[in-house]
Amino acid sequence: MVKRKTPMLDELEKGKWPSFVSDIKQEAESRNETDVDLQTPKEVCDDLLDLLELSFKDREGHWKHGGIAGVFGYGGGVIGRYCDRPEEFPAVKDFHTLRVNQPSSYFYRTEFLRKICELWERRGSGLTNMHGSTGDIILLGTTTPQIEEIFWELTHNLKQDLGGSGSNLRTPNCCIGKSRCEFACYDTQEACRNLTMEFQDELHRPSFGYKFKMKFDGCPNGCVASIARSDMSVIGTWKDDIRIDQEAVQAYVAGEFKPDGGGFAGRDWGPFDIVKEVIDLCPTHCMAWNGKKLGINNRECNRCMHCINTMPRALRIGKETGASILFGAKAPILEGAQLSTLTIPFMRMEEPFNEIKELVGKIWDWWSEEGRSRERLGELMQRKGFAKFLDVCGVKADPRMIKEPRSNPYIFWKEADIPGGWERDIKDFRKRHQK
Amino acid sequence: MGAEEDKKLIIDTLKGKKTKTKFYLKDFNNMFPERRPREVSKLVNEMVAEGLLEYWSTGSTTMIGLKGAGIQHETEDSDQ
Ligand code: HEM
Ligand code: HEM
Ligand code: SF4
Ligand code: SF4
Repeated sequence: MVKRKTPMLDELEKGKWPSFVSDIKQEAESRNETDVDLQTPKEVCDDLLDLLELSFKDREGHWKHGGIAGVFGYGGGVIGRYCDRPEEFPAVKDFHTLRVNQPSSYFYRTEFLRKICELWERRGSGLTNMHGSTGDIILLGTTTPQIEEIFWELTHNLKQDLGGSGSNLRTPNCCIGKSRCEFACYDTQEACRNLTMEFQDELHRPSFGYKFKMKFDGCPNGCVASIARSDMSVIGTWKDDIRIDQEAVQAYVAGEFKPDGGGFAGRDWGPFDIVKEVIDLCPTHCMAWNGKKLGINNRECNRCMHCINTMPRALRIGKETGASILFGAKAPILEGAQLSTLTIPFMRMEEPFNEIKELVGKIWDWWSEEGRSRERLGELMQRKGFAKFLDVCGVKADPRMIKEPRSNPYIFWKEADIPGGWERDIKDFRKRHQK
Repeated sequence: MGAEEDKKLIIDTLKGKKTKTKFYLKDFNNMFPERRPREVSKLVNEMVAEGLLEYWSTGSTTMIGLKGAGIQHETEDSDQ
């Protein structure tokens, strides 16, 4: 075995945290000993470490960014990565990543996990990322000739498809939803799968000026953080009242039930104080407790989930459930990070999901027409204004879309909207107002 | 225009560009101002499947060029 000298990388193994350096070293050792019929260079992990050490020494990256790697018929799912010092590091000359569409909510059989690991040891680097921040199964590092072989095995033996990358619809992603969680206001897995199947073409072939992501949270707790991570965030909510079981409220107050389902139990916080821990923390101040009975003014509740999370045995989501739909989240690059903006306060989320599909179609048409290359939907919304976006969606402005009156004044009246209209002489106006 | 003529227009336009080999979908939309962008992207994707064009991707953004033209793996074209 080669004696590796990576003093700078070794620093990253110190401390009590997990270390990707240790992980890669472990795989390097394992590749040296394995009797698997490796289809990729045995030294791939060794070269990867040495190359990174060189990058740290040079203070320069040694990866080119991008390429034409892919499988026939698909324009996504494979992220081409080539090293710029191929002679010295031949085993990572090409080191492509595959994004594999994850099963909804990450339900696996161990048999599947064994198979995918076996495949990736044999035809890749053995290094995986479960899961990438897009939600996909990430298989890190393989050579160009292996890509089609892997794709064949994935789709035929593992019955799993590639995910999205580039200017495609990205692999949709959902929380665990109704399969395990009583807070789910709609079936996130069903919605995620249904829309994934509907938009196969957009998922596998670039159709837009840039990426588009959709994520499905079953309730405002937002376990897939759709509000921050997706161009379309579908977040479960309800229209009617929070269901209250007054006896169970009493039981929490009396200390019979543990608040937060026993979470936050690592320290002694003293006895549960419903006023301090629930009533006073309600962001809209819409709750009251008179020592016997809990009251909620549901008209003011903004579905923050705090009271329900704290006393899940006493409070439940309403019965008339569906989702709020928000658009335009993105990470930095231009302007800075941005959360999605509430656009559809309430939509029922039931098969065959026609309403949301139609809405997506309208938005994609507008974005493709008006968007610049590499402009995310959220940036286009900012550039054209929210009123324009509402027009595109065919919905009317609504107080629920703004935080408070007058501080986000994006509503522009049109003459046709005002009874009697108005007349304005633009030349006269310009005398007093420069452009 | 028939599909063959559309394809010819695309290929001729791309061949006519001396300095660039990679293009955004938007550049293709601009060749067909009358069409809906999603029709144009379908046509482009068809031409990739036929081996006339090819994708080039950073992983984040996708660009499209004539098959075999220009650098195969290099830095992305940074102009808009
Ligand atoms: C400054 C340097 C880099 C920047 C700014 C950068 C940027 C990015 C961005 C923006 C994405 C997300 C793409 C998307 O989903 O739209 C991404 C993903 C990815 N990049 Fe890079 N990248 C850099 C260096 C690298 C290097 C050196 C490698 C490997 C050799 C690499 C491998 C990957 C992989 C595997 C993914 C997919 C990860 C996942 O889905 O979880 N990147 N990169
Ligand atoms: C010059 C430095 C960097 C730039 C310009 C950059 C830019 C970006 C951009 C634009 C995205 C896409 C976000 C989106 O819209 O979904 C992204 C995603 C990401 N970046 Fe960076 N990045 C940089 C450095 C890094 C570094 C150093 C790391 C990790 C050590 C990192 C980890 C990630 C990850 C994991 C994602 C995926 C997030 C997601 O899919 O939600 N990036 N980055
Ligand atoms: S987002 Fe809500 S419904 Fe989905 S898993 Fe989290 S708490 Fe449950
Ligand atoms: S969900 Fe949030 S806003 Fe609604 S009553 Fe409970 S704490 Fe108040």
